[in-house]
Amino acid sequence: MSNSRLPQTASQTVGPFFHFGLVDRGDENNLVNDAVKGERIVIRGRVLDGEGEAVPDALVEIWQADANGFYNHPDDPHHENADPEFRGFGRSDTVSDGQFSFRTVKPGPVPFDSRRFQAPHISVRVFARGMLTHAYTRFYFSDEEEANAADTILNIVEPERQHTLLLERRESSEGPVYVLDVKLQGQDETVFFDP
Amino acid sequence: MSALSRRLSSLDWSIHPPYLHAAYESTLLRSPQKPLVPLPQTLSEMTGPVYGHDEIQPLDHDLTRNAVSDGPPIGERIIVTGRIVDEVGRPVPNALVEVWQANAAGRYRHLVDQHDAPLDPNFTGAGRVLTNRAGEYRFVTIRPGAYPWRNHENAWRPAHIHFSVFGRAFISRLVTQMYFPGDPLLPLDPVLQGVPDERGRARLVADYAHDVTEPEWALGYRFDIVLNGSRMTPFEDPDADDDE
Ligand SMILES: [Fe+2]
Repeated sequence: MSNSRLPQTASQTVGPFFHFGLVDRGDENNLVNDAVKGERIVIRGRVLDGEGEAVPDALVEIWQADANGFYNHPDDPHHENADPEFRGFGRSDTVSDGQFSFRTVKPGPVPFDSRRFQAPHISVRVFARGMLTHAYTRFYFSDEEEANAADTILNIVEPERQHTLLLERRESSEGPVYVLDVKLQGQDETVFFDP
Repeated sequence: MSALSRRLSSLDWSIHPPYLHAAYESTLLRSPQKPLVPLPQTLSEMTGPVYGHDEIQPLDHDLTRNAVSDGPPIGERIIVTGRIVDEVGRPVPNALVEVWQANAAGRYRHLVDQHDAPLDPNFTGAGRVLTNRAGEYRFVTIRPGAYPWRNHENAWRPAHIHFSVFGRAFISRLVTQMYFPGDPLLPLDPVLQGVPDERGRARLVADYAHDVTEPEWALGYRFDIVLNGSRMTPFEDPDADDDE
């Protein structure tokens, strides 16, 4: 990084009292309305600490493409095709058992470069009291075996740690529920990225 | 090469706090221990949520008026303003800036906050704005009080305002805290001291700004923010073309 760059502003913890500032406005963990196209899914899991205890004051943010793999953002070369009803951002606090949840649609594959696609995935940030800087990870879908096997980024991750990024699909009366715990530390620590 | 492979700047770990900072006890069990995996930046990192000015309510920027029930909130009225830029100094327009804070007595409007200090019926302590074309934001609020926490014996957080900022890309996401100049608690605070670089800590302290202060009304503070995620220069990214 060259010296002519301005120094970045340092991160600080979100603290324990963020709820009234960041999540109490409404439905921040619901990314869909009736007009959004795509397969409705629920994503949920728990944030756990190094002793496997629930983290009841974490904040989880997700960012994803729409059902066809387009981002609703001007830097997506095909953003004019993106579902105008779907922003693609959601935010969930965790409750007493550490659980977060989102209602969204399953994202389509997005490009990796001009020749290859990435497996469907969701970008995830985790904030919490006790985290001075947030952590960045991705959620992939366990039922996308073929796409996952070919995914450039998943293949950067050591094979024995890839499962920490895979949402497990379960059927429910309300449709598919994808489940994955985020383990901040310890055995089966979630793979966190430095983008 | 297309825009899909253009490289954005990453978090500078000489500035941002490491996950484990033992003086801040809650980091002990919440700090990832395995090395971060370097992630090639893709469209997923280079995009992020887009917000419009129509989503902001007229009083969202004014914490002294957005929650009144029977009069103005108690405390010292202040103006907090600043510019949000990327690392090459370009303003970040339409950046969503959210703030939350304790009231003048050091108490948050939050169930978990049991500090023995009064709530203010006319103050919630939350606000949000979008930056203008020059990357500027402005809030009117009440100067927050310091408050005790249980991290160590006689632990007090210096007065601070929590900030959450979205830049143009999800990679630029920042959550931080703004402090006040001259606060004697700053060197005693493990949260601020978690920033490894002295200048990095100093930049989290707002400047008193007399040009922002309004006569007979409120003191002004300036807090500028630099986000990561700006595009590399052509020298650093020789394959980039002009398809921005
Ligand atoms: Fe705080």
